[in-house]
Amino acid sequence: MNEAVISVHELTKRFGDFTAVDRISFEVFRGEIFGFLGANGAGKTTAMRMLCGLSRPTSGCGRVAGCDIVRQSEEIKRHIGYMSQRFSLYDDLTVRENIRLFAGIYGLSRRETGTRSDDLLRRLDFASEGNTLVGALPLGWKQKLAFSIATLHRPEVVFLDEPTGGVDPLTRRQFWEMIYEAAAGGTTLFVTTHYMDEAEYCSRVSIMVDGRIRALDTPAHLKQQYATRSIDELFRLLARGAQRSE
Amino acid sequence: MKSNFTSFVRKETLHILRDRRTMLIVLLIPVVLMVLFGFAISTEVNEVRIAVVAPERTDGVREAVERIVRNDSFAFCGYITEDRIDPMLRTGRVDAVAVFAPDYDRRRLQAASGTPQPPLIQLILDASNVNTAGTAAAWLQGVLLGEASPQTLFETRMLFNPRMKSAFNFVPGIMGLIFILVCAMMTSVSIVREKESGTMEVLLVSPVRPFRIILAKMIPYFAISCIVLILILLLARYLLGVPMSGGVAGIFAMSLLYLVLSLALGLLVSTIARTQVAALLISAMVMLLPILMLSGMIFPIENLPRFFQWVSAVVPARWYIDAMRRMMIQGASMADVWVDGAVLLAMAGLLLGVSFRKFNDKLE
Repeated sequence: MNEAVISVHELTKRFGDFTAVDRISFEVFRGEIFGFLGANGAGKTTAMRMLCGLSRPTSGCGRVAGCDIVRQSEEIKRHIGYMSQRFSLYDDLTVRENIRLFAGIYGLSRRETGTRSDDLLRRLDFASEGNTLVGALPLGWKQKLAFSIATLHRPEVVFLDEPTGGVDPLTRRQFWEMIYEAAAGGTTLFVTTHYMDEAEYCSRVSIMVDGRIRALDTPAHLKQQYATRSIDELFRLLARGAQRSE
Repeated sequence: MKSNFTSFVRKETLHILRDRRTMLIVLLIPVVLMVLFGFAISTEVNEVRIAVVAPERTDGVREAVERIVRNDSFAFCGYITEDRIDPMLRTGRVDAVAVFAPDYDRRRLQAASGTPQPPLIQLILDASNVNTAGTAAAWLQGVLLGEASPQTLFETRMLFNPRMKSAFNFVPGIMGLIFILVCAMMTSVSIVREKESGTMEVLLVSPVRPFRIILAKMIPYFAISCIVLILILLLARYLLGVPMSGGVAGIFAMSLLYLVLSLALGLLVSTIARTQVAALLISAMVMLLPILMLSGMIFPIENLPRFFQWVSAVVPARWYIDAMRRMMIQGASMADVWVDGAVLLAMAGLLLGVSFRKFNDKLE
């Protein structure tokens, strides 16, 4: 359990004079659901982009899924999955075509693609929807499908950027069940969210304010430490001190 | 790595095939334009209605009128009296009136024997359309005097396009326009659409190299353009009868070069535009307008003010259209249009370099 899948040390990103991410250090362990919280403009997205190999850090170092984020940024991409707040499948392709596309992108063989997509459709109860255009599916279904496709290549780490934005509470609940299931299977999940009740479901959460990590621990410990009743209350307490806004 | 590229090309092809309406438009526009410019819109002189004023209907007059009647381009509207000339022209019932001098036959013979004469026939034309009037006047002179006219001092011969078909001239112009439309506009919109919908983010986090994403996008549009190119060439050859005397191979080679250039232009637009609407607008303003105005498609470059002549040099369509005209109509070979080819090649190289570079910069 104590194997670090993500570890960063003094990670910093500057754009001109502006320090978007200011010397953050943390570790995320295998099978954890790591909640990465922060107000808009706190530097969450920038930090996440560096972890995904999309952006080079100005200074500091880190490893994701055994790859160095500076020197092996292309290699990282094979070991991670990504799903963004904006819906990330193609509406004008069918469910199966979307699956086949991403299977192709991650270099799965034809046979693997076949078995995994059948398996995926069965688990989601989608067997009859394989040839439906994704655009015709309800949002909740799309979101679940997007998550399943993001994990199709069995990545070690999955980055979820506000995955449940705009989804109804029931679907949100089902979505989190999928996340738990993935974590139980040994996948590490790195989640940003705006819903503070979701933060309570995480194994550990970090709260970023003005580019720095102000708090990092299990939800229970954090509430105890700051004597707050919920993560929501804690978040507002810390965010009140923020210097910069969007 | 190969499989992820082919799955990408397949995806892009599916996008295009699913979007039936756009697909149809892309294939229909060239056909409609060709037919429209080929038949409907023409600067040729057809059906010029002509009336004749002749004090005496002598044999000479009758022969001249007979030539008008037999000519397909003219419609003879009968003999009128002198006082009807103005009302007929003014009300638009005729386009031209030919007034024969009294004593026409005798004076014509004298002219033939070398005695200088005052004008024998007066032509009065409705010049509200300058081009038509000018062409009609020139034609009428020839027809009225007859081929054996002793007064013929000039012998005019129209080379390359002897029937002066305006369609010949439009075909290269249409090609210059269509390929920019299909390649540049459609690729830029399709790339920007992925940025807008957020799918580009997902692709960038995947192990696919950005270069391959772009290349995969270009391939289906390139294929469609090739189909359109073949379609246009077939229509031009068999429907409009454009000679293509310069050889199809050269025409193809030059067109492929132009396609690559258009794709690069589309990529460049996609790096600038943030929304699909912006991509469309930029394509329209930066590409379509100059092509229509400054490429020689409609207005001859030699007639432009000096300043715009200079500006037109950076419009790729100008060079392409020039090369196409010379190869399709004048029968020039690849070697004859090497300047156009070299300019297009340089432009394509430059655009590809700049746009790939810009595309990579944007990712950071």
